Amino acid sequence: MKRVFAAIGGLAVLVCVSALPPARADRPGAAPARYPSPVELALSHDGTQLYALCEGTDEVAVIDLKTSLVVRRIGVGRVPKGVSFSRDGKRAYVTNSWSDTVSEIDTGSLEVVRSLPTGLEPTSAVADGDGAFLYVANRISDDVSVIDLATGLEAKRLLAGRGASYLALSPDGSRVYCTHIYPNLGRFRAPPESEITVIDTGRRAVVEREKLPNAAGVFHVALAGDGRLGIAAQMRPKNLLPLAHVEHGWVIGNSLSIFGEDLGEVVQVSIDELDRYFTPPFGVAIAPDKSAAYVSTTGSDSVTVLDIRKLLGFIRSVPPEERRALANDLSASANYVTGRISVGRAPKGLALSADGGRLYVANREDDTVSVIDPAGQRVVSTISLGGPAALTAERRGERLFYSAKYAFHGHFGCANCHLEATFDGLSWDLEPDGFGVDIVDNRLLEDVADTAPFKWNGGNPDLETECGPRTEKYFYRRQSYTREELEDLVAFIKAMPVRPNRYRAASGELTPQQERGKAIYERTRAKNGAPVPQNNQCPVCHSGPHYTNRQLADVGSGKPTDRSPLFDVPQLTNVSLTAPYLHDGSARSLEEIWTVFNPQDTHGVTNDLAKDELNDLIEYLKTL
Amino acid sequence: MKKGLALLIVLSAAALAAGPEMPRYRWQNFTTADGLPDDHVFSVKVDGKRVWAGTENGLGLYEDGKWKIYRPEEGLAHRAVLFVDVDKRTGEVWAATMGGLTRLSAGRFENYTQLNSGLPNDVVYGVGLQGDNVWVATAAGGGRLNTRTKQWTHFNERSTPMYEIWTYAVSPGEEKVYYAVWGGGVLEYDVKTGQWKDYNDPDGETEIVVLKDQGLIHEITTSVSWAEKDRILWVATYFGASRYDGRYWKNFLDQDSGLPSNFLNQVKAVDGNRAWFATDKGLAYFDGMNWAVYRPALDTHQPEMLVRDAQGAVSRVPTETAPAHNYILGMDFQGDDVWVATAHGLSHGVRIK
Repeated sequence: MKRVFAAIGGLAVLVCVSALPPARADRPGAAPARYPSPVELALSHDGTQLYALCEGTDEVAVIDLKTSLVVRRIGVGRVPKGVSFSRDGKRAYVTNSWSDTVSEIDTGSLEVVRSLPTGLEPTSAVADGDGAFLYVANRISDDVSVIDLATGLEAKRLLAGRGASYLALSPDGSRVYCTHIYPNLGRFRAPPESEITVIDTGRRAVVEREKLPNAAGVFHVALAGDGRLGIAAQMRPKNLLPLAHVEHGWVIGNSLSIFGEDLGEVVQVSIDELDRYFTPPFGVAIAPDKSAAYVSTTGSDSVTVLDIRKLLGFIRSVPPEERRALANDLSASANYVTGRISVGRAPKGLALSADGGRLYVANREDDTVSVIDPAGQRVVSTISLGGPAALTAERRGERLFYSAKYAFHGHFGCANCHLEATFDGLSWDLEPDGFGVDIVDNRLLEDVADTAPFKWNGGNPDLETECGPRTEKYFYRRQSYTREELEDLVAFIKAMPVRPNRYRAASGELTPQQERGKAIYERTRAKNGAPVPQNNQCPVCHSGPHYTNRQLADVGSGKPTDRSPLFDVPQLTNVSLTAPYLHDGSARSLEEIWTVFNPQDTHGVTNDLAKDELNDLIEYLKTL
Repeated sequence: MKKGLALLIVLSAAALAAGPEMPRYRWQNFTTADGLPDDHVFSVKVDGKRVWAGTENGLGLYEDGKWKIYRPEEGLAHRAVLFVDVDKRTGEVWAATMGGLTRLSAGRFENYTQLNSGLPNDVVYGVGLQGDNVWVATAAGGGRLNTRTKQWTHFNERSTPMYEIWTYAVSPGEEKVYYAVWGGGVLEYDVKTGQWKDYNDPDGETEIVVLKDQGLIHEITTSVSWAEKDRILWVATYFGASRYDGRYWKNFLDQDSGLPSNFLNQVKAVDGNRAWFATDKGLAYFDGMNWAVYRPALDTHQPEMLVRDAQGAVSRVPTETAPAHNYILGMDFQGDDVWVATAHGLSHGVRIK
């Protein structure tokens, strides 16, 4: 395969520095440094301005493309994740993932004119063709808000898949396509499966769900200008196999789902090569003439270029019954990948000019935007978004976290499983101890700083061990971080902010139902008056500020395939987000922990509870 | 059929001409031979041009003249589907089954059970939708799922005046939500205040009213239908029917109304004055004054339509078709047409104009 690696730097690269001061100065005594961390881009209707969404500084940086300077910084809500324009270009919509709102921006005045309430953790938004309704993908509530733009109120919520995140409007405005960063909850040890949820904008209802077998971690989706071809960027985790096969390419495949009338079916194709991985595929853009597609690969610091004509021709040349295997064929990409363009660190969102002459790439970890000449497949300039000049340990660690360069063949990085520093909704067969042995559920990373030891078996006394030798030996299969790098990585993980709890009132006051649940959580006697043994009382193991006593406990959840029935007591911070549960992810819901996996009252005394009492307990747990 | 009623039937054409004009139907019946999942049909729900049938062995969808069947192998929670409702806003189908609650959304099944969710009990007799709330009637009390917050709320003897937790049907409105509690009368929930009120035998000594319109006719309720626009509640019981206007009760028995039987499986309001009744002896319609009964005759099994006017005079209207069976379990409306769930097939009543 012909590879094109356009180097950053050299005479062709013009680095433009923001004319406005950085959002926060990195000076002693100041608030913690905030890096812009651009994640998404959108081009204004007339193509003269580029909106760079900076999740690190909670703002939109408006770039004048004539001067390549930031001309305005528009403050929005917390941790914005998505930006798009109305079809007439008069409004921009920014999803504020931690505020559960959309900021509506008047593109004339560059002011936020409304804040629209959404579902939980809105991640992207698109307005319909008439500008009457706004569709918002909500990552935590697994649904799509339909907001009536006349009233600013949410008209209804549509059931999406798990982790609803990215949306695309079909060119004719009749459909909205939604992808999901987490797989739908399935049977224990079943292959993951995601979906593309298809919404009819006429009925404002879900009309179709394109299944994506073996896919999880599906990011952006884009439609070609003729509406006949769609492309979604995704990972295919091989979580059912031991990670011993990392050197064989069997950990995570990086691929695209190709769908639409051009093919008449959904076909998944790999973008990896036999000895090199491009991961995780995140942003997608399709050339106006449908000649090429561009995919950012965040951990690989590059943009992959695909020839669409070759891609479709290749797929059609494969017998239909063999197309399901294409995503696992690492040699296939040679047939349609025509270039890899090196960009900045951790490239995320893409924006392509209307004439296809310029491709813009948001480099999250550099606080820059790469400007690419697609014809020459090279970076022609880089636009700075400002930000602190000095790098903190946390920022250096964050760069490591997002990078895949440390793993064998650049296979994956921390962020491949801890998606955007969270989790992936999967249970993994991590260790080379045989198939199906010691299955472990992926846990949320937030709030782990003071919860040592780590690993479900408590085998790692600190994060340095967890992220150092353990990562090298079991995950990356090569020498990994230097001592300094490891310190940085651990600093980043420890400093990771905790997202707001959506079930606990801002005042901290509990509802009557949550109060009843709290009483059950804290009870020392069963309903028949018998004392609950101390080691079987909820707050004994789940104690302290993180709801863990940091000990090992046998709660009867061990399986014959587990080497030990003793497991690390997990922290319960935002526990409602992280299904499935228990050490191996065998409980698909909080309820199942006790209705299915606690027959002998070994995981707290719960079998005397009526169903509504268990419900109360669970509503309380959601507030932690 | 009651003897007294039979004596009043006037068969002459003259009598027919003098009778009230009640809706007439040409009945088209579906059984497994036509593709219906099972002949024992518990529930029917019209969804625009489509019709859903909850049967003892699967959920059927009738569309474009063909039946599509959903069973547990397709993802349904349980094969016995007791009730079906459709969210008009989203098109989602909610099926109450003997093994949990199924949400069918654009081909994807999500099952809520007492083990994997906050569903109060796996035996779900009824389901009703109001805005973002899904109300369920189960064998262990009522429940409400808020589809936005994913939170469940339970309604039972600890949280409501319910002394019997076998809830059989639910009829949610914007202002009020009503439960039919089998053996426990009717439970009313005020959406604004969150307060509950129960309606039972007014004297508290027996399950049935002593004086005719003293209160709810009987505590063994099977169905409620809340006509919110007119603020009228209709109730079906195994011992007659009731209508409640918020102050006064009006009760209906076979001996003093056009009801063909006091054994009612369902009531469905058209509005505050008009309602349909599913009985074990035919389908009945009340237009506020007059009654009509549609069924195969109890003795000859020939198609039969009876009309009872406000004075109690009963006439027989010639008809060539009838619902599939006398034992009626549910009904729904499709414009002027009516669909009827029976113990031996699903019937489509095409209105004759």
